[in-house]
Amino acid sequence: MKDLVAVVMLAGIYGLLSACFFVAMDAVDVAFTEASVGAGISTLLMLVAITMTGRSEQAARHKPALAFVVVVITGGLLIYGTLDMPYFGAVDAPIQVHVAPRYINDSMQEVGVPNIVTSVLASYRGFDTFGEAVVIFTAGIGVLTLLPVLRSRKGDDAVESLNDSMHEQHLIVRIVTKILIPLILLFALYVQFHGDFGPGGGFQAGVIFAAAIILYAMLFGLEVARRVINQTFIQFAAAFGVLLYGSVGLVSLLNGGNFLDYSVLSADPIAGQHLGILLIELGVGCTVTSVMVIIFFHFAGRKEDKQRMKEEEVG
Amino acid sequence: MLIGATLAILVSMVLAIIRGVIGSTLYDRILAVNMFGTKTVLLIALLGFAMGRPEFLDIAIVYALINFITVIGVLRYSDSLAFNQPDEEKEPEES
Amino acid sequence: MDVAIEITSSICLLIGSFLCVSGGVGILRFPDFYTRMHAAGVTDTLGAGMILIGLMLQSQDFLVFAKLVMILLMMLFINPTASHALAKSAIHNGLKPVLDIKERNNTESESSSR
Repeated sequence: MKDLVAVVMLAGIYGLLSACFFVAMDAVDVAFTEASVGAGISTLLMLVAITMTGRSEQAARHKPALAFVVVVITGGLLIYGTLDMPYFGAVDAPIQVHVAPRYINDSMQEVGVPNIVTSVLASYRGFDTFGEAVVIFTAGIGVLTLLPVLRSRKGDDAVESLNDSMHEQHLIVRIVTKILIPLILLFALYVQFHGDFGPGGGFQAGVIFAAAIILYAMLFGLEVARRVINQTFIQFAAAFGVLLYGSVGLVSLLNGGNFLDYSVLSADPIAGQHLGILLIELGVGCTVTSVMVIIFFHFAGRKEDKQRMKEEEVG
Repeated sequence: MLIGATLAILVSMVLAIIRGVIGSTLYDRILAVNMFGTKTVLLIALLGFAMGRPEFLDIAIVYALINFITVIGVLRYSDSLAFNQPDEEKEPEES
Repeated sequence: MDVAIEITSSICLLIGSFLCVSGGVGILRFPDFYTRMHAAGVTDTLGAGMILIGLMLQSQDFLVFAKLVMILLMMLFINPTASHALAKSAIHNGLKPVLDIKERNNTESESSSR
């Protein structure tokens, strides 16, 4: 299959399918993340990348048979490895006897959050999540350094007329989108703050928020979206999220607890945990939203710069 | 009845995947993805009811929204892709 | 009363599943893109609506009911819009509907040859 767009479409189907697996195996939070990241944002980002690189795959320089043999051998070894593993859901599996009973039995008293996944993610394993937030932040910085947007102020009018001609075709889609975007934003806020009780949390909410902004940018033009979402502000927000997360840890350190030990944030340990989880989820959501929007703006901005340069050459 | 509906949706998902793989044009594939997304929403809602976990509906809502965003994004960029790149009919000349 | 609700919900689910499967068959069997889109678009919206209504009748909780109504409303907005945009974009980029069976066989042999 040489058509890259078709490959991206199939990857989107794969994302939807794997989320179905997660739902069937009761891993609701993972399914949520897969829904928003695997099926949504990554498909979009790959498409935007394809618009820059061209649509058909280059002819392979080596025989695909070799790669196929390597994949088959690796897959066979991995499947052979799984034969030694305990059965799915076995009671005596190592993963069920080590820390899981403590999470399941004590998290309600220690953290007081009904959704165990959130309490593990944000409180017990807070340091890991901090690492994830920093990784996303680093990705944002990488995109910012590698793909600077070439902006020429004088070309703005040309781009706007281009955008208008492109968007007048999609009148119905624009109107429906205008109705839907507030709903999407509202739903993202619900996911953000409902993470304590049901599936959801900062990562998912951040991606949904970013998806709404990207939808707006796709239909109303990048320049208009840039005017709504200030670039300086969004870069500041990406850093602010990580900073918020880290400073919650520092404050708990100063209050006499361990790093990211939220119990000391308030007089009541449970209230402290709630406050800490709320703050760090907010930080994660902030970072994820801004980094996704930054990545999209820079990928798509590249494309419009190319178009603009072409037009300037012609005119 | 819930199980029956779930099975029916699984069958139509398989049919949509087959159309997505054989495709032949880009738009057929987009259509397959769109249909697959709708079916995923329904499947998750049905599974939520069948397993007695109605909070699955949150995921179903996310799917409905994400599906729309994906389709619109694909169309938005397929416009420029179809203009800039060799079209489906011209492909044999290249290869 | 409960029995009546159960039966109505079952009928709704049955119609919905029938429509979904027929849409799936349609997307696979119809000759060209526009007829396939017709099959997928029409049956998707109505089939999804029927299944969601069937689930709504079974829901005990008000919140669950409200979420189902949300999903149904979104489906009613999103599906026709996506189909419309898809068809418009396809015809705009020069994808011709197949109007003749002979023509169809030609295009199919072409597409299988590459």
